Amino acid sequence: MADATLVSSPRRTQEWVINLIIKLSGYSSILFVTLIFIFLMREGLPALRNVPLSSILGERWYPIEGYFSILPLIYGSLVVTVGALLLAIPFGVGTSVFLSEIAPPWMNQIIKPLIEILAGLPSVVLGFLGIQVAAPYLRRLLDLPTGLSAFSGAVLLALIATPTIVSITEDALNTVPSGYRQAALALGATRWQVIWGVTVPAARSGILTAVMLGVGRSIGETMAVMMVTGNAPVLPSGWDFLFTPVRTMTATIASEMGEVANGSTHYQVLFFIGIVLFVISLVVNIVASSVSLRGRTRAERVLS
Amino acid sequence: MDKIVIENFSIRYSDGVESLRNISLSIPANAVTVLFGPAGGGKSTLLRAINRLNDLADVKETSGRILFNGQNILDPKVDVVELRRKIGMVFSRPVVLPMSIYQNVSYPLELMGEKRKSRLDEAVEKALKRAVLWDEVYDRLHDPATAISGGQQQRLCLARVFALEPEVIMLDEPTSALDPVSTARIEGLMHEIKEEFTIVWVPHNVQQAARMADYAAFFLQGELIEYAEGKKLFVNPKDQRTSDYVTGRFG
Ligand SMILES: Nc1ncnc2c1ncn2[C@@H]1O[C@H](COP(=O)(O)OP(=O)(O)OP(=O)(O)O)[C@@H](O)[C@H]1O
Ligand SMILES: [Mg+2]
Repeated sequence: MADATLVSSPRRTQEWVINLIIKLSGYSSILFVTLIFIFLMREGLPALRNVPLSSILGERWYPIEGYFSILPLIYGSLVVTVGALLLAIPFGVGTSVFLSEIAPPWMNQIIKPLIEILAGLPSVVLGFLGIQVAAPYLRRLLDLPTGLSAFSGAVLLALIATPTIVSITEDALNTVPSGYRQAALALGATRWQVIWGVTVPAARSGILTAVMLGVGRSIGETMAVMMVTGNAPVLPSGWDFLFTPVRTMTATIASEMGEVANGSTHYQVLFFIGIVLFVISLVVNIVASSVSLRGRTRAERVLS
Repeated sequence: MDKIVIENFSIRYSDGVESLRNISLSIPANAVTVLFGPAGGGKSTLLRAINRLNDLADVKETSGRILFNGQNILDPKVDVVELRRKIGMVFSRPVVLPMSIYQNVSYPLELMGEKRKSRLDEAVEKALKRAVLWDEVYDRLHDPATAISGGQQQRLCLARVFALEPEVIMLDEPTSALDPVSTARIEGLMHEIKEEFTIVWVPHNVQQAARMADYAAFFLQGELIEYAEGKKLFVNPKDQRTSDYVTGRFG
């Protein structure tokens, strides 16, 4: 018996193979990201050589006449995404708090499947609804030249990001030990004081993850946004900037990539936009993970 | 004077079984009243009824009255928040909230709307000293409360209750997760302060019940079998079942 444990058994080999497979798949994800990055760089960086910086940082995006300013596109993505998050975060977090802390079980059983349906809806369908229903309504309501605007895009993106935020936030809230709630109530807290003072702060790292995944969803979304934002790559000129048409970076790549000549300046600039997107999402991710790590204290990490 | 008077109290959870049957019990002020008995007897249920924490549980029906300072707290019109401030509770596993040591103690005061820093500082120090925890934590009040030991956490929970300045302190097996040294500390502490409060204690074994009890109530499967002064009940129980349990023949 004593000897047998020292001899490498079939189980050992099995473990070695499994180990190898796991390692390979782990390393391959690094490899893929690196390859994508190299590819983007190779195709996109020459844009900086062929287009003067003053043009890239100019005011107009009009590739046919050689105006390649990406500022209107970055602005478009920014205003739509930030607008969407300003709508989706309070709405999503509020919905989750309602579902996990307040709503009676029967209401949960109705609302949750609805949210899952919303999550599963292809964004094109939402975009279609946006064009046909929301935009005309908005135009009449505010007496605008067109309802296809940054605002429509933000509302639509908020709808797309909300299910993600709701389901992850709700999971986070549900993992808060019920002892916390009881202890706070026993100390004379009201229901709202428990929710805002104890439950939500205890779930904050999960909520932050939810918000970041929501951001990810919004920045990457292309189709629906292309349909409802009016597709005008211009910088804002006045206070009505929310209600004028814009165009996002993703929408630009999607709509123009099909018609450019391979290797042309236009083609390179589109890839350059890809690099900008890549860097932005990298920064968002780094900020998110450092914030959520900092938010958790040492003791919490030890305990979890 | 009797602080809490329970009259013919029964409670049934949604599973249909009566978890407490026709309980009548008077809990005197300025003494330790011990509720003891085997698991499932309904001791925790009674505590949660007294501070209305049972409102959260799946209770099907209750009957009878629980008078606190002469007022029936089962009355739906009672302000439960106010009630819970007067009847503090400590749970069997220390539940420190995910905040700093200081914030854990100041939290109940902030709930009452106290914002003045000087008042909070004062109250936190007083409560921590009272719970004999101050000397161990005064230099790290702003560390997370989860970073201190289990015994310290339980005393922190006590300090939190002291900060409320309640009239009644209920403790549900407060030392069941603690080592003997911490247990002795908390028991000693309760002895010292019982003149000022009404203490209701659910001990986690018979020895502790006997050590702590000024008055003792023996619960068995939802019934109050015997209630007497601690000295009498443990030395000379009237009911055979109490006697069997106290001498360790079952439970
Ligand atoms: N929230 C609840 N929902 C349904 N039934 C419950 C609930 N809490 C307690 N009970 C039932 O009520 C009875 C009494 O339970 P209780 O927790 O009050 O006993 P206890 O005397 O405190 O026991 P222990 O010594 O194990 O803590 C048990 O039969 C239990 O199953
Ligand atoms: Mg119990």
